[in-house]
Amino acid sequence: MSQTNFEPKIVGFLCNWCSYRAADLAGIARITHAPNVRIVRVMCSGRVDPTFVLKALSLGADGVMIAGCHPGECHYVDQNYKAMRRYHLLKHTLHAMGVEPDRVRLVWASAAEGQQLAEAIDGLVADVKKLGPLGWSQNWEENGERLHALEEIINEHAEAMEVHA
Amino acid sequence: MSSASGAATAAGTKPKLAIYWAASCGGCEISILGIDTKILDVAAAFELVMCPCIMDGKVRDIEQLEDGAIAVCLFNGSIRNSEQEYMAQLLRRKSKVLVAFGSCAHEGCIPGLANLHDKQAIFENSYQETESTENPQRVRPQTATTVPEGTLHLPVFYDTVRTLDQTVDVDYYLPGCPPESPKIWEAIQAIVAGNLPPKGTVIGSDTTVCDDCKRIRNVKKVKQFKRTWEIIPDPEICLLEQGLLCCGIATRAGCGALCPQVNSPCIGCYGPNNDVHDFGARLMSAVASVIDADNPKDINAIISQGIPDPVGTFYRFGLAGSLLRRSKRPAGSDGGH
Ligand code: SF4
Ligand code: SF4
Ligand code: FES
Repeated sequence: MSQTNFEPKIVGFLCNWCSYRAADLAGIARITHAPNVRIVRVMCSGRVDPTFVLKALSLGADGVMIAGCHPGECHYVDQNYKAMRRYHLLKHTLHAMGVEPDRVRLVWASAAEGQQLAEAIDGLVADVKKLGPLGWSQNWEENGERLHALEEIINEHAEAMEVHA
Repeated sequence: MSSASGAATAAGTKPKLAIYWAASCGGCEISILGIDTKILDVAAAFELVMCPCIMDGKVRDIEQLEDGAIAVCLFNGSIRNSEQEYMAQLLRRKSKVLVAFGSCAHEGCIPGLANLHDKQAIFENSYQETESTENPQRVRPQTATTVPEGTLHLPVFYDTVRTLDQTVDVDYYLPGCPPESPKIWEAIQAIVAGNLPPKGTVIGSDTTVCDDCKRIRNVKKVKQFKRTWEIIPDPEICLLEQGLLCCGIATRAGCGALCPQVNSPCIGCYGPNNDVHDFGARLMSAVASVIDADNPKDINAIISQGIPDPVGTFYRFGLAGSLLRRSKRPAGSDGGH
């Protein structure tokens, strides 16, 4: 795929109380942003288990955005601080796995910040475009010798496999 | 669920048992022998048709059995080459009940950590770079070598270690590195009695190591993670509270909290509980909540100083079986060379 017409697939986990409303506001105010984000509404950024991010990446997302209320403004007291800690720990691990840091991003957006959220989305999409497709499942493809080798073993053993009654 | 011992033929022969190893260390077999004199009961109940660790059994003899002729196969080890994949397929076909036995077969275990590299990097290291290697001609194992008598084959080494259920259909899982002997005995008894849980069950409890641990718990707030060699921990207090990254919080119970009992943190060998898709994610989540900092700078300082090897910490036993399965491979590498 040529880098120029590569349209990244981004999964965005947006908290119900601030960021999702910011996205709504952006829509109502006709603020344009890149259409690459598939938004998943969660009650709170603290609900975003690292599993969600890993699953998105393993199933074909090129990038992930987690968005929540500004620190101090979470509707579940301090769950976005928990999100912050998880996010940095997850990024530390993803880095060791070879996932570029720019593919996963945590942003804060209040319900009034439609413009800021739109800019954050554009920024993430632009950065992921630069990185190119992630295509994680391609990492699992085995070297070409595998099937051939299996066939050879099976052929070689075929005679023995015949069951003698 | 029909009784596995129902596999006995009309002639009254005992049901067949196979124990096989693929990419593993042999510890699983030792653990089976750890059931002690009860091994005689196993011998009384089953005809052992294959167990390369302790007896001579031929692949050809297995190949000549009818499909499904083996009542139970305890398969330990992960799949890292073509010979192991063939044996997994063969034993799947010949066995009524296939058990992924131990962490390697279940979730990849230590061999799965090789998924941070690929074949080329591993060969380069093993056959070139290690201190004890002198190999100026850059000799590498060949998968086919022709000699006057014919062609000799070596298995093809894979880029990515796989778990047993990423390779063939698996009926049950027995977790642990290795599974503890009493748990093995319980599982064998259940099999003999035909008292088997639904297919796909991980045979074990669904509580965590913390639930079995007797240490005193107060508040978990960690400003600095420590490596085991850095402190002598207090023997009574929760190790995580003392800054040791104990995996008990995310690890399935089954061992009786063996490691914390001897002042050593749990490293997660029993793997995740039911319904956890990714052990590392579960553990990261739990560990993140004890980090005592609330701004990115301090959080990152605690993480980078205290957890220098995150994959080895969060995925020591589960990398191959995790959602990502391996690290990203260098662009354009196909390992085929
Ligand atoms: S974290 Fe470790 S030491 Fe603490 S209670 Fe759990 S198993 Fe015990
Ligand atoms: S305490 Fe943890 S690492 Fe130790 S045997 Fe039990 S599950 Fe395995
Ligand atoms: S409700 Fe928005 S981050 Fe918690």
